Amino acid sequence: MTHTTTLDWTAVCPLDRLEPNRGVAALVDGVQVALFHTVDGLFAIDNRDPVSGAYVLSRGIVGSRGGVPTVASPLHKQVYDLRNGDCLDLPGMAVARHDTRCHDGIVEVRLRREG
Amino acid sequence: MSGQDLVVIGNGMVGQRFVDALRARDPQGRWRVTVLAEEGRPAYDRVRLSAYFDGVSEDELNVHTPHDGVRLRLGEPATAIDRARRVVTTAAGEYAYDALVLATGSYPFVPQVPGAELPGVFVYRTLDDLAAIRTYAQGRRVGAVIGGGLLGLEAANALRLLGLSTDVVEFAPRLMPVQVDQAGGAMLRRYVEELGVRTHLGVATTAIRAGADGAVAALELSDGRVVDAELVVVAAGIRPRDELARAAGLPLGPRGGVLVDETCRSADEHIWAVGECAAVDGTCHGLVAPGYATAEVVADRLVGGAATFPGADTATKLKLLGVDVASFGDAHGATEGCLDVTFTDPATRVYAKLVLSDDAHTLLGGVLVGDASAYPTLRASVGGPLPAAPLALLAPEGGGADAGALPATAQVCSCNAVTRGDVDDAIAGGCADVPALKACTRAGTSCGSCVPMLKQLLDAAGVAQSTALCEHFDVSRRELFEIVRVRGIRTFSQLIAEHGRGRGCDICKPVVASILASLGSGHVLDGEQASLQDTNDHFLANLQRDGSYSVVPRIPGGEITPEKLIVIGEVARDFQLYTKITGGQRIDLFGARVEQLPQIWRRLVDAGFESGHAYGKALRTVKSCVGETWCRYGVQDSVGLAVALELRYRGLRAPHKLKSAVSGCARECAEARSKDFGIIATETGWNLYVGGNGGFRPRHADLFATDLSTEELVTLIDRFLIYYIRTADRLQRTAGWIEAMDGGLDHLRAVIVDDSLGLCADLDAAMARHVTSYSDEWRDVLDDPERLRRYTSFVNAPDVPDPSITFAVERGQPVPARALTTTRSTPADARRQPVTLGLPEVRR
Repeated sequence: MTHTTTLDWTAVCPLDRLEPNRGVAALVDGVQVALFHTVDGLFAIDNRDPVSGAYVLSRGIVGSRGGVPTVASPLHKQVYDLRNGDCLDLPGMAVARHDTRCHDGIVEVRLRREG
Repeated sequence: MSGQDLVVIGNGMVGQRFVDALRARDPQGRWRVTVLAEEGRPAYDRVRLSAYFDGVSEDELNVHTPHDGVRLRLGEPATAIDRARRVVTTAAGEYAYDALVLATGSYPFVPQVPGAELPGVFVYRTLDDLAAIRTYAQGRRVGAVIGGGLLGLEAANALRLLGLSTDVVEFAPRLMPVQVDQAGGAMLRRYVEELGVRTHLGVATTAIRAGADGAVAALELSDGRVVDAELVVVAAGIRPRDELARAAGLPLGPRGGVLVDETCRSADEHIWAVGECAAVDGTCHGLVAPGYATAEVVADRLVGGAATFPGADTATKLKLLGVDVASFGDAHGATEGCLDVTFTDPATRVYAKLVLSDDAHTLLGGVLVGDASAYPTLRASVGGPLPAAPLALLAPEGGGADAGALPATAQVCSCNAVTRGDVDDAIAGGCADVPALKACTRAGTSCGSCVPMLKQLLDAAGVAQSTALCEHFDVSRRELFEIVRVRGIRTFSQLIAEHGRGRGCDICKPVVASILASLGSGHVLDGEQASLQDTNDHFLANLQRDGSYSVVPRIPGGEITPEKLIVIGEVARDFQLYTKITGGQRIDLFGARVEQLPQIWRRLVDAGFESGHAYGKALRTVKSCVGETWCRYGVQDSVGLAVALELRYRGLRAPHKLKSAVSGCARECAEARSKDFGIIATETGWNLYVGGNGGFRPRHADLFATDLSTEELVTLIDRFLIYYIRTADRLQRTAGWIEAMDGGLDHLRAVIVDDSLGLCADLDAAMARHVTSYSDEWRDVLDDPERLRRYTSFVNAPDVPDPSITFAVERGQPVPARALTTTRSTPADARRQPVTLGLPEVRR
C-alpha cells in the first residue's frame, strides 16, 4: 500500500479545544478525521469505523494496549493503534492515519491518502 | 438363473442410491435394470442444490454413476403403470417389469394463493428451477420467499447471492419450525436478519400481486402489510409424488405417498417404493437419510435379504447461511414428562437445548443453533445417559467439557479453519490470552463461538487465566470497588498510578467511571471522569448504528400527562426524530445528531422532563400496570409505588443496567418477575422478587420476601441494590450475581435482612446519599457552557452536520438510509429500499 501525502497542513483548532484523553471529529479537506490528544501526544486517524461504516471513531475510549496508544470503536469495541491506524483485534483491518502537529498552540493536520 | 426385469421410476438421489445398492449386491446381474428419469440430466445432489448459486457447477453436483446392465432413460417420464400386465408406459413406449421400484420423490407444494401463477413466481426444487430463477433475477432488485423452513432459507440465501434484497414470509411463528424450537428460531432469526434478509413470522401470504407489466410485483400478507417482490420463490413444503400409484389403484398413506410396509413393499407384491414418495407404515420422510435407508432395504429384499426399515433418523445438521443448525431426537420435547436444559449466549450467539427424560438420566434429543460442535457426541448419546453434565456439554466455558482432550487436528475455529494444533502452537509461541490468540491465529475473529474453547485451551496449556479486569488492573471489579471505596480515591489517574499500569482501556475506564459514580463523585462528566465514559455516558444519549443518537426522557412508572405527551410529539416532529414506544413504557426518539442533543434536551428539560438514563449502566425503568386506581382486580397502588421507586433510584449507576416493575395484583400485568427487582401487590402488602431478567437468557425472579409494608420493601431494595453495585463483577446481571454467590439467595437474605455481615447501616447510608444528591445530568449539562461545547459535529466546522448521517422514510418516519458499507454488508443491503408512504425523503 502506498500513501501520498498532501503538502498542506490544515489548521484545525487550538490545542486547548481538545479534551485530554478524548477525541473530536474534524473536517479536513472534506475528509472526516478523528483527532486525539492523549498523554502520548497528538494523533489523527480516519473517523470512519471500517467495521460498521459509521463515522464514530472520534467518540471511542482512548487507552493503551501493551504500551501502544489506542482507541476502541464505540460501536463494537475493536481497538485501533493510534500511531498507524492498524486494528489490533482484526488482522488486516486498518484505518488511514494522518499527520498531525501543534504549531503555536494550533493543532494542524496533514492528510495521507492511499495511492 | 435367467435375468428378471426391474424398472425404477425416478433418478433422484434415492433412486440412484437404490441402483448403486442393488448393483453392489447383485454382481451377477440377475436383475436387468431400466431407470426412467423425468429430468434431462442424471441424478444430482439436491441437498446441495443451493451451492449452484455459490458457483458450484452441475458436474460437481452430479451423484450419478453408470453401471453395466443399467439402462438410464433421461427425459422419459413414466405416464402409467399397468399392474395387471406389469408394464410401465412412457411417451416412447412400454417397459415390462418383474419388479417395479417407485422413486418419484416429491413436488413443491404451492399454496392456493391468488397470483401464484404469475410470471416471476418460482419453486425451488430442480436445477432447471434454479437456472430459471437466476435468469429472471437479472436486473431485478427485490425478491421474496414464501416459507421460512430449511428450503425457504436456502432460497432466501440464493436470492441474496443473486443481489436481490430479500424478505422471507413464514406462517409459523418462527423460522425452521420443524427443526428448531421458539428460542432457537429466535437466535436463527438474528443471524438471518444480520445478513439483510427480512423475516415476517406468523403471517400468511394472502395474495401475490402483479405489477403494470403483468409480472409479480408484491406480496400481500395476512397482517395487512405489502412486501415488494419482483421475484417470488415458493418454498412452502413438499408433497409426495404419488399420482402414478394413485392412478394404478395402489393404496396411499393417510397424508399421501405410496403406502408400504417396513420392507418398503406396497400392497402389490411386485411394486416397491423408496424415498420421499414412500409412506412407510403411513409416514413419509422428507430427508435424504431415511430415503437412503429405504433404498438399502429394497435392494436387499430384491436379492433375497430380510432387511427392514430401521426407523427414520430425523437428525439434521447443516450450515445454513453460515449458521450451524442441528436438531436430533425428540427436539421439541414431545415425550411426556421430559425436562429441558437450555443454554443461550447472546455474546457468542449460541443457543442449545437438551431434552432429557423425566429422571434427567436419558438424553432424548436437542436443538443447537450457532454452534453445533457438540452435535456428533450428543446425537450419538440419544437414548442413553449424558456423557457429561448438561451445561458442560452445551457451554464449553461451563467448565466440564474438555477441549483439552481434543486431538491436534480437531478444528477449533471452523470459520477460519484453525485447528487445536494451530492454537497450541500459538500458545507455545507466547500467546497468553484470548486477544493474542485471535490476533495470531484468527481463531475467534469471525462468529466468535470458539472463544470459550480458546480459554480452555489456554487453561489446558497451563496458562493461568486471571480474574484481572484487563491488562491495566490485576484485580476484579469487586476488588477494585473496595479499593476505591476504602482508600477514598477520586480519580482514575490516581487509581491507575497506585493500583494499575498503562493508560487504561475501554474495559477498565467505564468500570472505574461507574464505581466513582456509585460512590457519589459528582457529575459523570466532571473533569477527568469525562474521559472515562463510554460514548453513551459521554454524550448522555445512546449511540445508534449509523452514528446518530437516541433520546429517552424519563417517564416514571409510565405515567405521563397529555401536556408532556404533546411536548414529546412536538420535539419529535420539529427535529424529525423516529419515534417509538419501548417495552419499558417510555418513548424513544431516534436519529438525533450530536449537535442537536442539547437543543432537544433544552426543550424537554424546560417542559419538566429529565434524563431517562437509557444510555447508562443504571436504573432504566420501573414499569407498572394501572393498579387498584382503575383495574377491577388491583389490590394496591402499583403506579404510585412504581413512580416513587423510579424516582428514588433514578441515575443509580450499576455493573449492568437495571430494570424493575410493580404489578398491582397476582395477574402480573407489569411482568415484574422478569425484572432485576419486581414487586407484586398482595391483599396485605408487597411481595418482593429479585434476580430476574429478560434478554437472551430470560430468567424469572425469585421470591425474596412476602407481605412487606412499603417502608420494609424500600429498605430491602435499597440494600439489595447497593450490595449488588458493590460486589458484582463487570457486566454481571443480578441473576448471575446471585447465582455466583456462595449460598445464593439464602446468603443474600442473611446479609440484607438479618444483617449477618453488619453491613446494613452502611448500605442504607449509601443509598440515602444517592437519593439526596441526585441531580438531573441533562439539566446540569445545559447549565454549563463548557460541557455544552462537547456537542459539536466537527471541532473546526461546528455548523456542518455529519454528512454520513442521512435518512430515508419508512412507514412515515425517518430511518437510517442504508448507504453504510459494512463488513457484513451485501449488495442486497446496499440496495435496500424502504417502503415509502407518500412522504418526501428527509434530508437534514
